[in-house]
Amino acid sequence: MSDTMSGQILGVDRLTMRFGGIVAVQELSFSAEQGKITALIGPNGAGKTTVFNCITGFYRPTGGAIRLTHEDGNQFAIERLKDFRIARQAKIARTFQNIRLFPGMTALENLMVAQHNTLMRASGLTFLGLLGVPSYRSAERDAIDLATTWLKRIGLLDRADDAAGNLAYGDQRRLEIARAMCTDPALLCLDEPAAGLNARESAALSELLLSIRAEHTSILLIEHDMSVVMEISDHIVVMDHGVKIAEGSPREVRDDPKVIAAYLGADEEEAMAVMESGS
Amino acid sequence: MTALSTETTHVSRTAGVHFILKKAFLSACTALVLFSLMIGIRTEAGPDGPLTYWTRFGELASMVGLVFGGSIIVELIRQWIGPIGAEKLVPTSVKNGMSLLGRYLGPALLVFTLLVPVIFYNQRYILDLAILVLTYVMLGWGLNVVVGLAGLLDLGYVAFYAVGAYSYALLATNFGWSFWVCLPLAGVLAAMWGVMLGFPVLRLRGDYLAIVTLAFGEIIRLVILNWQELTGGPNGVSGIPRPSLFGIPLDNSDDGLAALLHIEYSATHRIVFLFYLILALALLTNWVTIRLRRLPIGRAWEALREDEVACRALGINTTTTKLTAFATGAMFGGFAGAFFATRQGFISPESFTFQESALVLAIVVLGGMGSQLGVALAALTMIGGFELFRSLEGYRMLVFGMAMVLIMIWRPRGIIGHRAPTVFLTKAQAISSDLVKEGHG
Repeated sequence: MSDTMSGQILGVDRLTMRFGGIVAVQELSFSAEQGKITALIGPNGAGKTTVFNCITGFYRPTGGAIRLTHEDGNQFAIERLKDFRIARQAKIARTFQNIRLFPGMTALENLMVAQHNTLMRASGLTFLGLLGVPSYRSAERDAIDLATTWLKRIGLLDRADDAAGNLAYGDQRRLEIARAMCTDPALLCLDEPAAGLNARESAALSELLLSIRAEHTSILLIEHDMSVVMEISDHIVVMDHGVKIAEGSPREVRDDPKVIAAYLGADEEEAMAVMESGS
Repeated sequence: MTALSTETTHVSRTAGVHFILKKAFLSACTALVLFSLMIGIRTEAGPDGPLTYWTRFGELASMVGLVFGGSIIVELIRQWIGPIGAEKLVPTSVKNGMSLLGRYLGPALLVFTLLVPVIFYNQRYILDLAILVLTYVMLGWGLNVVVGLAGLLDLGYVAFYAVGAYSYALLATNFGWSFWVCLPLAGVLAAMWGVMLGFPVLRLRGDYLAIVTLAFGEIIRLVILNWQELTGGPNGVSGIPRPSLFGIPLDNSDDGLAALLHIEYSATHRIVFLFYLILALALLTNWVTIRLRRLPIGRAWEALREDEVACRALGINTTTTKLTAFATGAMFGGFAGAFFATRQGFISPESFTFQESALVLAIVVLGGMGSQLGVALAALTMIGGFELFRSLEGYRMLVFGMAMVLIMIWRPRGIIGHRAPTVFLTKAQAISSDLVKEGHG
């Protein structure tokens, strides 16, 4: 991956989100590069998930702009799009902090629902599908193939016909990522994908995310597991109390005293002292 | 293996005895407290005015004893047949037999239904009952789309039934249009009303949705009742034309079906025709629903029932998805309504009360939300069973209510609670009802 081919996919400009009197996010600006993994980190309550919900259309921001640019140059003003249009047109897919699969549907069905819009077009808004025209059947076969490919990639092919709610926690996490990927997204937003995973599962997750990046899907990531963040991120944005406190490569961020202070809960001088004594 | 299973059975039984006795004792104590005043002491105004009272400890004791014994019996029954998830004492061979039965029950039932007019040709009562059951099967299947698949609790389903019935009745009596022209129109009009109901309730969930749909059902009924010039108000619409077999009337005239086929005319011909008509309509509903389930729209309905937020994150337009569910369900309700009108020949607002909505909803819930076979079985049980208890007269409702409570205790997710997947790679496995969500509006 060379740096020259990458442009900006996501531009967040002075994003502000207020809930009544509480300012959850204040004038936050950052950008994510095309085909890169950008991580959004910060202590609990820093406003990361709020930013996520703004980007994926679950909240309408109080102020600021969010621009999404496709590789072909198409631009979308995310803050003005309805939530399902963000997924459908701007092609932003997301996962949730507390897994939101369709528990009563099989793993395969979960991935089929993700391809709803493609299949809906192929089924002529249901009418042609009802008649069982060949073009719809072939579209459905393609959808099953894509789902099968993803089930293979996340190692759940043999659980394809099991209810999603019956899968192990780690499997559910991976299935949710596969489901998001089945929407063919330009930007994949993951809200704490490594939460609750053991070391081996985290490593597998890192590998999966890197393979997704290799196929040129940009990833925006909220994560607490620093081993995952530091290992796979190209760019890290650090938030605390709704504002950006640092930004840069994993190495830069790791050594930033403000970041350490935010995480340790100490003030800046103290953190500096801690670091100096440590080094 | 067998030794082990008998042992576990034995253990669970002995552990159960203590529990059962304790529970029965507690029930008996509660009964004693409750009944000591209600039954134990009887008061009455004496002949001179002052209150006299006397004790009835014998009755009280027998009542408490009855509760004690009853509690033990109920608990024993519960341990034998359910509830779901509890350790069951039913042997595996019986279980296997049950699953085999489950597989062939649907086709067997269909074949039997097709033969009903042949078997019961001379029993008008049974044919009429069968038509009634099939009407409710169709209504249940229609509502199943809204409640069972999309998880939207609709308490006003009868409104669409009414719209369908009045559409046919008014179009046929005023313009003389034939049943076959009016049938699709009734469906379309009902679907339109479905969308009209859908719009305002899109944001509502759960209880709130239920209340608004209930109100909607009442509004339609009240409009019909009060719009005298159009609907005839409480007098209803009478003289609704009977359906014809593609233009050939089923009557005693010279160009009727009997005359054309050179057979002796019988009033049963029309009943048999109506029977196959509603059967065809119901099977159409079933076929469309089964197909829709396997299409993206049907999967989106079920996904909506499972998790609406996730649906939106996947780019599914939840607004249109909900509206199509309402419209599809309403359309089938409209078809059933048109059939109802042509069968009765007379309709009035009395046929479209909330009780009908509740009955259809009960059929869907009792059958197992989302299960086509379950809904059919539930309609058979509810409508047929209700007739079966006719000999009990005054106690009919009581017995019926108790039967329903018992079914809901043993099978809280309906007769057929599990869900069949719409697509599979290697093997379709039934999904347990504890995983399937009920929807939240």
